Order: sequence, then C-alpha cells, then structure tokens
Amino acid sequence: MSSIGTGYDLSASQFSPDGRVFQVEYAMKAAEISGTAIGLRGKDGCILAVEKVITSKLHEPDSGRRIFTIENSIGMVICGLITDGRAIVNYALKEAQNYRREYGQTIPLKILNERLSSLFHAYTLYSAVRPYGICIILTTWTEQNGAEMYCIEPSGVSFGYYGCATGKAKQAAKTEIEKLKLNTLTARELLNEGAKIIYRVNEDSSDSDTKFKLELSWVGKDTNGIHQICPVNLYEEAKAAATAAMEQGDSDVE
Amino acid sequence: MMSNNGVNFAPFWHNGPAPGSFYNFPQNNIKSNSAIDEYGFQRNGGPITTGTSIVGVKYDKGVIIAGDKLVSYGNLARYHNVDRVFKINENIILGMSGDYADFQFIKQYIDEIILSDFSADDRIVLKPKDLYTWLTRVLYNRRSRFNPLWLDMVVGGMQGEEPFLGHINIRGRSYTNDVISTGYGTHLALPLLREYSEKGPLNEETAQQLIQKSMEVLFYRDCRGYPKYSQANINANGVTVSDHEVKQNWDLALSIKGY
Repeated sequence: MSSIGTGYDLSASQFSPDGRVFQVEYAMKAAEISGTAIGLRGKDGCILAVEKVITSKLHEPDSGRRIFTIENSIGMVICGLITDGRAIVNYALKEAQNYRREYGQTIPLKILNERLSSLFHAYTLYSAVRPYGICIILTTWTEQNGAEMYCIEPSGVSFGYYGCATGKAKQAAKTEIEKLKLNTLTARELLNEGAKIIYRVNEDSSDSDTKFKLELSWVGKDTNGIHQICPVNLYEEAKAAATAAMEQGDSDVE
Repeated sequence: MMSNNGVNFAPFWHNGPAPGSFYNFPQNNIKSNSAIDEYGFQRNGGPITTGTSIVGVKYDKGVIIAGDKLVSYGNLARYHNVDRVFKINENIILGMSGDYADFQFIKQYIDEIILSDFSADDRIVLKPKDLYTWLTRVLYNRRSRFNPLWLDMVVGGMQGEEPFLGHINIRGRSYTNDVISTGYGTHLALPLLREYSEKGPLNEETAQQLIQKSMEVLFYRDCRGYPKYSQANINANGVTVSDHEVKQNWDLALSIKGY
C-alpha cells in the first residue's frame, strides 16, 4: 500500500491512482485483527467456532459473545469490531422480521445474505460513512435446502462456502479446513473438528499465550433446524477432543 | 312488465342487505366503527368468523385450557378442526374465543415476541403474566380507539412454580381466577366449575374431569358448539396439547316430544 498517507485513504468515495479504495482495505484489516472465526458446512448441518480473545483477566468469560442467532434458525458469527457486528445483528433481525411479516416464513439465507451484502456495500459508497469493520459468517439448515453458509466481507462481496475462516489466523485455519472431507461429516462430528482447528491455530499463532474462550454453535438436522449455542456436554467433548488432538500433535513432532 | 321484455325484476333476495351495504350477522347487532370515515367508507367492526367458548381451570400444580375446534361464520359451522388453544412457549398456553381473524392478527405479534426471546438467548423468557399484561394493554388500546379486537382470551401457564390463569376481554378488562370461561361458557360452564373449585384446590384428575364435563355441556347446549375439542395442559412437566371428543348420547332425543 505505497500510496497510504497520500490523502487517498480519507474517504470511502475516492479511488487511489492505482484503483483501490483504502477505506475498504482498512475495514478488512480491522476484521482481520480479531480472534479467528470459522464456519464448517457438513452434510446435515453447519457449525460455527470462534476463538474469542479475552483481553483482560477481569472480564467474565461469557460476556462479549461473538455468535448470534437470527430468529431461531440462522447463525451469525462476527469477526472484527464487535459493536459494528451488533449493529448488523440488529439489522438482520429487523430484516428477518420484515420478511416474516410479508411472507409468513423464515427469511431464506440466500435472501438475508443478499440484503446484508447490499448494506455492507452501501457503506463503501459514501464519504460521510465508513465501511463496516467486520466479516460475518451466516449459517443455517433447512429441510428444503439442507445446509447453507455464506461469508460477507466489509466490501460487500459475499460467497457461499463449504468451509470458511476469517480473523487473525484465517490462512492457517483455511489450510486446516481444506484437509477435512466436509461433505461426508455430520454437524455433530464437525463440532469436534471446529474446536480442534480453533485450538490448533491459536497454538501456532505468535500470541498463543493470550487467553481465549472457544465459542461453538450448531444448526442442522440434529437440532431440528434450530441454531443454538452448543450444549454443555457436546462443548466439553469438543474441547476435550481438541486438547487431546493438540497433545497428539505435539508428540508427533517430537 | 312488457317494458322489461317480460322479465320480472323482483328483489334478488329477502331479508338480506340492500345492494352496497353489509350483510348483518345474526349475533352481530353491535356495530362498532360503523360510521362513515373520511373517505366515505363504511366498515363493520364486529366479529365475522368466530370461535365460541373457552374453558380454563387451574389445579394445584398446573392449568388446563380447552376449547372446541369449530370456527363459525355467523350461524354457519364454517371451519372445522381449527385449533383455538395454543402452546405459546414452554411456560404459556392460550385459548381464544371471538373473531378468529383478529386472533390471527395478534398471534403474529405474539409469535414475534417468542422468536425475539429466542434470538436474544439471554435465558429470559416470556411468562404467562407478562403475556396477560401485554394483551391487556393491546386490547385496551384498541378499544380506546373505538376499533376493538373482538377477542376474549384465556391465558394460562406456569409463573415460575405457580400456576397462573387469567382472562382478558375485548375491552382490555382482565382478571385472574381459579376457573375461567368465555362466551356461552360463562352461563353454562362457569356455575359447574365454581361448584367444585369453591370447595378448595383441585387436583389434575378432577380438573380434567371438570373440563370434560364442561365441554360436554357446552356441546349439547351451545348452538355454535362442536363435539371435537382440543385442550392444553401445562404443569411443571411441560405443555401437552391434545385432541378430544365429546362422547355423545342422543337417547334422550326420543323422549322429547311436541316440536
């Protein structure tokens, strides 16, 4: 970014001479410095896993959550500025409510994704606003369409994914996800895989001594299409599987 | 007559509405909001498709609410097998009588509250008294605008450990009681229910029998009654909504003479 500081980064509505919008790139940076979040889409559901960094010993571990539920079937994880994320969650809830009033059913994830992407994009167009400093991953499972997952970036660009990662260790997490045979795994199995990946990428990162809490949620056939924070017993199991896998990995190295 | 090419232009129907005006439902002689509005429209504010009585009984450990499965159009038995008793969430059951369309309208908002309760995921959920109070405000607000929601509702549920049973009427007036009924049930079922409830707290079994008896009486005597009814039972173990039918016995019909 050689032209940083040349005045082309002050407004979201101005290109730099080499054709970039710096405000958008800064927003992506903001999303990328937060704790890693991943989404995995299996054959009968999706899971979300987050490395929620705890910045102070004095914080309650349950506060400042990163995974949210839209109506009752859509999961959303936010990566980046938490407060921007909460604004988006509120917007998504309103959007889902409007859709329900109009059509009497839950908003299809495809539609919600389109509407949120448009919102993200709109905030890259004007000098009076700044882009959202977050990436979000959306998941759901329906009898009709099966498991679905989308990721939206601050630029407003979005894709459907089998597995995706955002945040600090996004590259490392992507490499780990690529090793999985996602379409053969159930959501139940993915919980363990998700936990493993989060623990692994945290271990490998330079600041592995910072405290974090794993947040896990799932939606799928097993939950009747209801998105929920992973129940305590499954959470503990996933965590145990993750720590066991780490020890295994350590002994392999030796 | 010949000027009409021999066709007799008698009125199309008798005792019906004049062209351009509304059909007057037999039970529906109170017309709210019937004045012409600023655009020259006239609306009927009364009930059109209606459900009849709801019966609710509180027992020592829970609540039962029952209502038949008929939705009438005036005197016509228009929609059969329609549920009028609902599970709202794990804590609340609700029975409706009155205008079914008005109920569908308000049910949408109740469902939204339940959904946003779920989204918040903060372990705070709607309790029966909350819904009861909320409905009171909504119905009172509508009556104050001279456009009431034509509803008579019974809210039941578990307020923590305690069973709760309350009634809200069309004008937003409300009260809680051990036994509650709406519509014709106030005349036909309530005396029966009070006879038992006044002797002290009921247990689940007697409450169940009372409901069964009330639905039977209501079916025989209420012209808008129906033998099939659904009932919701809530207690510490959760909510069960089940379908039942009045066991009919028309042997006495043979003894009725002179009509």
